Amino acid sequence: MAETTTETMVLNMGPQHPSTHGVLRLIVEVDGETIVRCQPDIGFLHTGIEKQFETHTWQQAVTDSDRMDYLSPLTNNLGYVLAVERLMGIEVPPRCQAIRVLFCELSRIASHLVWLGTSALELGAQSVFFYCFQAREAILDMYEATAGVRMNLSYMRVGGLMYDIPPQLPAMVARFLEELPRWISDFRALLDGNPIFRERVQGVGVLTKERALAFGVTGPSLRASGVPWDVRKAYPYSGYEKYSFDVPTSTAGDVWARYEVRMAEMEESGKIVRQAIEGMPEGAWKTDDRKVALPPREELHRSMEALIHHFKLVAQGFPVPAGAVYQAVESPRGELGFYVVSDGGTHPHRVRVRPPSFYNTSVLTRLLEGCLLADAVAIIASMDMVMGEVDR
Amino acid sequence: MAVSNDGTPFILTTVEQMVRWGQKNSIWPLTMGLACCAIEMMSLVTARFDSARFGAEVFRASPRQADLMIVSGRVCHKMVPVIKQLYEQMPEPKWVMSMGSCACSGGVFNNYAVVQGVDNVLPVDIYVPGCPPTPEQVLEAILRLRDGIAAGDPKAGLPFIQAASIGEAGRG
Ligand code: SF4
Repeated sequence: MAETTTETMVLNMGPQHPSTHGVLRLIVEVDGETIVRCQPDIGFLHTGIEKQFETHTWQQAVTDSDRMDYLSPLTNNLGYVLAVERLMGIEVPPRCQAIRVLFCELSRIASHLVWLGTSALELGAQSVFFYCFQAREAILDMYEATAGVRMNLSYMRVGGLMYDIPPQLPAMVARFLEELPRWISDFRALLDGNPIFRERVQGVGVLTKERALAFGVTGPSLRASGVPWDVRKAYPYSGYEKYSFDVPTSTAGDVWARYEVRMAEMEESGKIVRQAIEGMPEGAWKTDDRKVALPPREELHRSMEALIHHFKLVAQGFPVPAGAVYQAVESPRGELGFYVVSDGGTHPHRVRVRPPSFYNTSVLTRLLEGCLLADAVAIIASMDMVMGEVDR
Repeated sequence: MAVSNDGTPFILTTVEQMVRWGQKNSIWPLTMGLACCAIEMMSLVTARFDSARFGAEVFRASPRQADLMIVSGRVCHKMVPVIKQLYEQMPEPKWVMSMGSCACSGGVFNNYAVVQGVDNVLPVDIYVPGCPPTPEQVLEAILRLRDGIAAGDPKAGLPFIQAASIGEAGRG
């Protein structure tokens, strides 16, 4: 009788694969249906964004930050401008802070909607995808009304914002907030009671607290493993301490727990959006420091000084005092950090980004070990990585 | 449409036109998301934009079933061999759409990592600039491709079908 030999098989998944959320490549070693080893291969979207920051002026570089985590561009904007503002010691007016919070939370909801739609799609629930994108369009409409584009807004500026919010925005937000609970309960109706969905996510891909901390996992994935860490609470920025909201957590650490946490987070973000729009302070929406923010248009016609400031800001940009600062914000994926170094010039000397997705991806090596190949799709989706941010 | 003596309606056309009619109404894109633009590409199939109206909603995960490669976003040097291979795996007739400023020209990323336009490595049929282009713009591009196919795009139509069935030109 021939001797039976057992050997494992190496499979390639990605970078063009419908469920790797972009261009992630996984080299998976399988024994039958079980994954023995998994090695992520990243860099297929390496864009040199960190280097690109250095070639732009401080203000122009805001556009580079959008293009890393394109599902929540405004959080990236905020992290970067806060870092530069801290270096320069600028305080922005309360209205500007509230608008920033408003848009960050809207983009958190939009980002979670994409996550929900695509991860349901990957598990075979197609209709959820369409409902999620429908809901997301409502947020994109608000973006468009405010900044003129649907994605990659670059709406924030060092020292303020691009424009004030348009007059129709409060009504749009109110309508959105009215619809949101109904949408969320629709999604839950489609998924929670669906035995196929439950079977595929419950008890799958358990991430223990210790492992999550060891790998530097942050955001909803960490909170689903029982660590209530949220930068908005731990180191409040942009006036987050003024808003009352909960940080949803779970202890199970499986795909289901991550689903639950993100669903609850959408509701919490809805609360923050409501507080922000209802308590929106009147007044200026950018700093009146003429060395940083452009003077209002009317002033240009009568003030020579304003004209000079305008010219200098546009032609040359503003210098930032030498120094280094680390500023973290809570992006929909976790702690997004900007380490910004200035040499006193008009361009950043170095910008290093701590992208939450990078750490959330690295844990896949351990998370996928021992699970079924078919479950890999659910687990990858539940970590909600954006490759633009991993590779930069 | 005409009617025969016994009352049965019939249509007169050429085989060429019929083939083109079929091809233009079933441009199936490849599921290949690269960067930010891919999110807008996903929006294309959703209720608001509904590319199903033009027969282009069936995103195929396998290049062997796809007709249109939408290069949705920045193409980085590490991705080039992958994209080339995917393109070669697609059966003819096939089209390439360069979606977004990055794919068209490198966009804002004029640096060491990004290919300055996917037309350096692939033959592009239609360019859609924008950062990201709106789904309407992409739909417009698909409509133009359709018009081209109907109006005699040399890539489409009967000659190709004949070549494929007799195995000419090494395609068989
Ligand atoms: S064109 Fe703009 S939106 Fe598209 S991939 Fe490039 S940076 Fe992203």
